[in-house]
Amino acid sequence: MVLCLSAVCLICSALLAGTYAMTKEPIDAAQVEKTNKTIAMVLPAFEGDAVASSIEVGGVSYDYYQAPGAGYAIVSTVSGFGGPLSVMVGVNSEGIVHNTKVLSHSETPGLGAKCQTDVRFLGQFQNWNPASKKLAVKKDGGDVDAITASTITSRAYTLAIANAVEVYNKIVEGGQTNE
Amino acid sequence: MSKFSLITKGFIKDNPTFVLVLGMCPTLATTTSAMNGLEMGLATMFVLILSNIFISLIAPVVPDKVRIPVYIVVIATFVTVLQLAMQAFVPDIYETLGLFIPLIVVNCIVLGRAEAFANKNSVGDSALDGIGIGLGFTLSLTVIGIVREILGSGSVFGWKFIAGDGILAFVMAPGAFLVLGYLMVLFNKFLAKK
Amino acid sequence: MEFLLIIISAIFVNNILLAQFLGICPFLGVSNKLSTATGMSGAVCFVITLATVVTYLINQYLLVPFKLEFLQTIAFILVIAALVQMVEIVLKKISPSLYQALGIFLPLITTNCAVLGVALTVVTKEFTFGGEAHMLNLGEATVYAFATSLGYGLAMILFAGLREHLALNNVPKAFRGLPIALITVSIMAMAFLGFSGIV
Repeated sequence: MVLCLSAVCLICSALLAGTYAMTKEPIDAAQVEKTNKTIAMVLPAFEGDAVASSIEVGGVSYDYYQAPGAGYAIVSTVSGFGGPLSVMVGVNSEGIVHNTKVLSHSETPGLGAKCQTDVRFLGQFQNWNPASKKLAVKKDGGDVDAITASTITSRAYTLAIANAVEVYNKIVEGGQTNE
Repeated sequence: MSKFSLITKGFIKDNPTFVLVLGMCPTLATTTSAMNGLEMGLATMFVLILSNIFISLIAPVVPDKVRIPVYIVVIATFVTVLQLAMQAFVPDIYETLGLFIPLIVVNCIVLGRAEAFANKNSVGDSALDGIGIGLGFTLSLTVIGIVREILGSGSVFGWKFIAGDGILAFVMAPGAFLVLGYLMVLFNKFLAKK
Repeated sequence: MEFLLIIISAIFVNNILLAQFLGICPFLGVSNKLSTATGMSGAVCFVITLATVVTYLINQYLLVPFKLEFLQTIAFILVIAALVQMVEIVLKKISPSLYQALGIFLPLITTNCAVLGVALTVVTKEFTFGGEAHMLNLGEATVYAFATSLGYGLAMILFAGLREHLALNNVPKAFRGLPIALITVSIMAMAFLGFSGIV
């Protein structure tokens, strides 16, 4: 009985170790590729590789990627309607929001989850100049058109971008990073 | 039982969802669209086939007392293999299905087939049984997914044929129970053999 | 305040049965009678809380330091299976009356995906209770697990009450049994949707 149990465990662990060794590289590669794809999506075209680092603003640590000549892609996480809402915000070298992309969310399917697909909502953030337009939904006196019936998600999304802009300003004025 | 009926029995006679009523959690949670249902079904089928083959191989030498623990270890191993493979090659799908991939371990279908079929049948038959039940499960999940997607988002497999939103409740939790309930009624009425 | 948010969120807003679809099999299986439903809820409550604490510690001090997170699934299910056995033995010895009440449900719990589901959720997912997104610490994880299992019990007992009444009614033949039960759950889930957004 003991022999049989140990034999089964041995076979299983050998199988697992083998799979782990085989899939480790593809998993890492898939993750890197995904991040790079998202960075390419939120920033203008650039040469070379984006450099990852992090910065602390207002007691919260933000991860960001510096793309040579193009600007910064900042990962900003806020509390949405159903849980954390994580957005990658691309800010170009002139301080203008180039594009945004949802990394992960737990919003209501069909309502708040539209923050990933709603062209009208997402389109307005492309080339958004935070200096001339206010980053807040219209209900709160800003310039952002909210997703119909999803004010809380829209508010959270807008806040994520506003935080990212703040992080951008900090990066630029500080000029140094803690890598 | 002929080889052919081993494969087809999962569709109606031993349909894991509508007749055996096993593995309800992924059935309800991952069928928000036809594609998700299909992917979940295939993932479960993968584990089902491998664990059936492996268990039918080792069943003669496993003492009765430690049968269940051994089966759980075997199933958990294959689920982890699946998790790693999906993370490596189809990370997007892995993310969509999320928690329900590791939860295949406790899907009663897998342990149920190991216990009811694989431990007393040949390797070949067990593999076919895995394919059959797996196909039945995939089919049920896809059908539920199609119905929910049509009603909830006005599309099938992502192809939109109604502009605008569907009836949102069908994408959310109540719709899952409702669609499964009514499909079961239809199944009982027209397909189930008395 | 933060604990209060966790409790309300886990019991009502993200009810494990009606919003997360975990542990449906026993939910449909033993909800025929109020008394068995109560017993099962008690047992689940006990095991989920205990299992979450143990798996959380194992993950924190064994799997993470050795970079073995990919073994979470297999490690957790073995721990849960062993734990359920141990609870059964210990209960039998120290509290025969409690064992009488919960005993028959304990073996069923190993394959209740709610237990593994909660154990995996608390170590892999970030939460936003009280502001910033963060991983739960041990205290929060325990409260979360306990509240989740209370939510499980609440939905189960409510549903068993409804089902006892259903059994007395004349339901069309094709609807009898599970179909009508599922449709009832659907209406309950709709009611619970009303809680969404309050936390």
